[in-house]
Amino acid sequence: MNLSLLILLPIITAMAILFSNGLKQIRVIGLLGSIAQLGLASWLLKLYLNERAIGNTATYLFESNYPWFSALHINYHIGIDGISLAMILLTSLIVVAGILVSWTMDKLSKEYFFLLVLLSMGAYGFFISLDLFTLFFFLEVAVIPKFLLIGIWGSGNKQNSAMKLALMLMAGSALVFVGLMGIYYNTHTFDIVQITQIGISAGVQQFFFPFAFIGFGIFAALFPFHTWVPDGHASAPTAASMFLAGISMKLGGYGCLRIASLMPDAAHHYAWIIILLATIAIIYGAFATMMQTDLKYINAYSSISHCGFVILGIGMMNKTSINGAVIQMVSHGLMTALFFAAIGMIYSRTHTRMIAQLGGLLKAMPFISTVFVIAGLCSLGLPGFSGFVAEMTVFMGSWQNPNGVYRLATIISGASIVVTAVYILRATGKTIMGPISNEHALLGDATWNEKFAAALLITGIVIIGIAPFLLNALIGPGTDNIMLQVGKAITLK
Amino acid sequence: MSNYSYILLIPLLPLLTFLVLGIFGRKYFNTTAGFIGSASLLASTILSFIAAKQYFFVDGKLNGVYQKIIAFKYTWLSFSPNVSIDMGIIIDPISVMMLIVVTSVSLMVHVFSLGYMKGEERFATYYAFLSLFTFSMLGLILSVNIFQVYIFWELVGASSFLLIGYYFSKPSAVAAAKKAFIVTRFADLGFLIGILILGFYGGTLDIGLLIERLTATQSAEFINMTTASFLGASMLTWGLSLIFIGGAGKSAMFPLHIWLPDAMEGPTPVSALIHAATMVVAGVYLVARLFPIFSMDPSSLSLVTYIGAFSAFFAAVIACTQTDIKRVLAYSTMSQIGYMMFALGISKVGGEEGLGYMASLFHLFTHAFFKSLLFLGAGAVIHMVHSNEMKDMGGLRKLMPITHIAFLIACLAIAGIPPFAGFFSKEEILTAAFHSNKLIYGVALFTAALTSFYMFRLYFSIFWSKESTLQHHHGEGTWSMKLPLLILAACAVLAGFVPFSNFITSDGKALETHIDLIFSIAPVGLTLIAISIAAYLYKKENDKPSKLAAQFGILYQAAFKKFYVDELYLFITKKIIFPFIGHPIAWADKNIVDGFMLLLGKTTAKISFKIKGIQSGKVQNYTLYFFGGILILSILFIYTWK
Repeated sequence: MNLSLLILLPIITAMAILFSNGLKQIRVIGLLGSIAQLGLASWLLKLYLNERAIGNTATYLFESNYPWFSALHINYHIGIDGISLAMILLTSLIVVAGILVSWTMDKLSKEYFFLLVLLSMGAYGFFISLDLFTLFFFLEVAVIPKFLLIGIWGSGNKQNSAMKLALMLMAGSALVFVGLMGIYYNTHTFDIVQITQIGISAGVQQFFFPFAFIGFGIFAALFPFHTWVPDGHASAPTAASMFLAGISMKLGGYGCLRIASLMPDAAHHYAWIIILLATIAIIYGAFATMMQTDLKYINAYSSISHCGFVILGIGMMNKTSINGAVIQMVSHGLMTALFFAAIGMIYSRTHTRMIAQLGGLLKAMPFISTVFVIAGLCSLGLPGFSGFVAEMTVFMGSWQNPNGVYRLATIISGASIVVTAVYILRATGKTIMGPISNEHALLGDATWNEKFAAALLITGIVIIGIAPFLLNALIGPGTDNIMLQVGKAITLK
Repeated sequence: MSNYSYILLIPLLPLLTFLVLGIFGRKYFNTTAGFIGSASLLASTILSFIAAKQYFFVDGKLNGVYQKIIAFKYTWLSFSPNVSIDMGIIIDPISVMMLIVVTSVSLMVHVFSLGYMKGEERFATYYAFLSLFTFSMLGLILSVNIFQVYIFWELVGASSFLLIGYYFSKPSAVAAAKKAFIVTRFADLGFLIGILILGFYGGTLDIGLLIERLTATQSAEFINMTTASFLGASMLTWGLSLIFIGGAGKSAMFPLHIWLPDAMEGPTPVSALIHAATMVVAGVYLVARLFPIFSMDPSSLSLVTYIGAFSAFFAAVIACTQTDIKRVLAYSTMSQIGYMMFALGISKVGGEEGLGYMASLFHLFTHAFFKSLLFLGAGAVIHMVHSNEMKDMGGLRKLMPITHIAFLIACLAIAGIPPFAGFFSKEEILTAAFHSNKLIYGVALFTAALTSFYMFRLYFSIFWSKESTLQHHHGEGTWSMKLPLLILAACAVLAGFVPFSNFITSDGKALETHIDLIFSIAPVGLTLIAISIAAYLYKKENDKPSKLAAQFGILYQAAFKKFYVDELYLFITKKIIFPFIGHPIAWADKNIVDGFMLLLGKTTAKISFKIKGIQSGKVQNYTLYFFGGILILSILFIYTWK
């Protein structure tokens, strides 16, 4: 299959949205486009599995390579492995769900849906790129729409949040760019496959790794560069929050992973800092979440904590922990999107997100409340949902590292499962359970589109939770390859 | 070896029921949910009995020793070639015994709830949650892999959260559900780290392999694990103690017991299921499951012994002072589980020395029946008087004869009066304690007396004391409520006659046990004295109890306030963790971390505001800068870089 279809389809959808009129037409086109995208991603999965089944062990499948700006060795080089495919599937699920929950967005709907589709296009392009410059290009495509989505359709202190988010992410991009330049001037290519073969000299790695890693880390809410997350999420409209947590933060995690595998020496060298920051993010994010009173802030801070597991898994540098990091990316994307969807549904009915003003919603809206509880249980790592699989894989991987200090980091991160239980049950106990106020008792439950969106995300969460071996098998070859690079670094020393 | 794969159905039937009732229940089965749930569980129960018959009497033995049979195993999540989480089914004496206990008690609770929960708005949801709980518990006991135990362990915790919080509009129920989950979660953290340690040193998560490797003193794994140490204790001790902490959390051992009394906020049949026979004995089951490894490490075993014995005594003292009948039962559960724990702790593997192991599980078995009977009886009483408080009861023996008889039988059983079930199992525990640790024996004996005292205090206060003042009552309840009471009462009489030591022993070989009449004199005599005291104090309404309480003064108050353990926890969370960890972090994030980012932004803005005048657009200024620049450069060129 030609992977460019993944980019082409959103472009066609976006164009069709521009040439249509009225919310009814626009949203149907948006939905059809996103469903087609989901179909395409699923088909790609089938093709991918077929290829692997017949014994194709190439690192990247469905590669194609066109010169783009040959003077600077920039190519449009695309291809996927299991990890990028997992990210593509995640993105396509979130886009469908995001469009479904935006069903009644009547303010500037054309622009809104256009930007959502544009953002997804950037994400698809990012995940299929095998050329660092192309990758960077798509990263930027995915940043700009977020600024507008929050600035125009947001709530609360939206200008400030939009500005903070855009500036911090832009700073991240700038750092990434410096890192990429460093790689380019050492290897004279942007091509990931070639760079892996050539290898980057150790000195260059040590100097440029922090730029690229922190740059992507900002996207992935790396402590202490996470401060765009709470405000950005809280101000964003529901679908944008879902995209932000489900897609944008994954760009960062995925980027960090690729950077670590391109510069394994430096990744080893800086591992202790990565692990330190990740551990802080996990436990600090969890405690900060415990103190929040606004549902969106609760979910945003908990994202910081959960994304810490991604970074921790990468920092521990073994196959199990990196597997865990990838599973956590997928899991966190689905779960946080589901949580934001549920919060959006509650907010659109009660017009408040403060837990003190809510209560007993299970009585009035059983469906939405059940969704909320499921998202919560996934977040606190209940078996049967994806969060458990991801966290346990990271723990198992981290524990393999015999270094005593890293063990301590694992235990401290493990302690977050208790704090997580506290804040999730606190939020659930106050909003879903307890007595309901008279005015809220009359509110209606979810509509068909909301039900469909939630069901889609829950399906993803439960499939990973019940049959984790499927996802594990999908990403396995990808992490094997990363471990090969990391192993090379160790043998070189 | 014959085929046991049908055992897979035993947990899967409740799971299916959960899914059907959970998704479609409210709409389609809100009135029939009870029958669907009970029918599917009846099927599970029958299958469990078939399995027990096949295992114990047909093909479980090989050369006189009961075998461990892996009926089913599937690699669920593989971490590395050797380490993986498997989902499977183990058939061995304790798992088959637990199958019987869990399915039969759960079935009784399902049937009882038909009457008790009738007319509830969320009737289908209730049965869905019951099924989910039963599924999780069955999955736990059938686990082949220690991580599988952990998975179902968490599911048990979550479904008990849902059941305790069933009356979700009641803030006290929500608080109790949260407390139960969070306290056990805290303990589970210990369990998890214990698993990581055991998995790392054992090189596997498979329970069978772990036992094989860590009980062989010559194996590399055992040597590594006993020589590696941290803070003066070997990694084996650390791993096992941490796992025991997990077990202590679920089994409500001191000091992790605080969730159990509050958990009585759930519907009473739920308490009969999860707080009598299933979830709370999970910790005992866990230690028993890993017992061969525990037996290699005396330090962690003595931890089990002393925590168990202290909890038994501590809870019994509190139970003597409580006035809420369900809380009395909750503390009594804690106390009885303490018995099971220390019985495991003083045991060894093999022959006569393994008596404690057998006695512990025997007590688990008999306790399941009489304790769930007590809870269901209490449920029937509460259903009648609409209160949990003893002062609202009294004289109920005439109004509810069946409940009265059943409750009396259960009280006699728990007090250990021959020939009721509790007598036999408690006797074995005391014998085991007598032969290995006299201090523990003394504590156990005294606790046994306390047990009979508070149980008969409860019994007389409910059924005797003053005359009943109830005018309008709706009879003793439906047959669906009375039948389980009768069946369980029959079990409470007969369960002691099961030749338990033929089936379940520490090494799988049958063990000859007999009741020594002379040995029984002390415990039975003490028990009878305690019952007489209870009768003297509580049979008729009088002011002797309150006088007695006044005499004990501070001691009574302390016991009545549960020795202020709850207050201690509240102090730690509300006065230390929240103000000194939570708030500072949340504040620092807003003001320091984010403040720094804002400062960075503001400084940039300020600087650019200052220097934006340079970009004025006036040609004169630019000319000035131009010539100024040339001047400076030429000076530099002339004087410095000659």
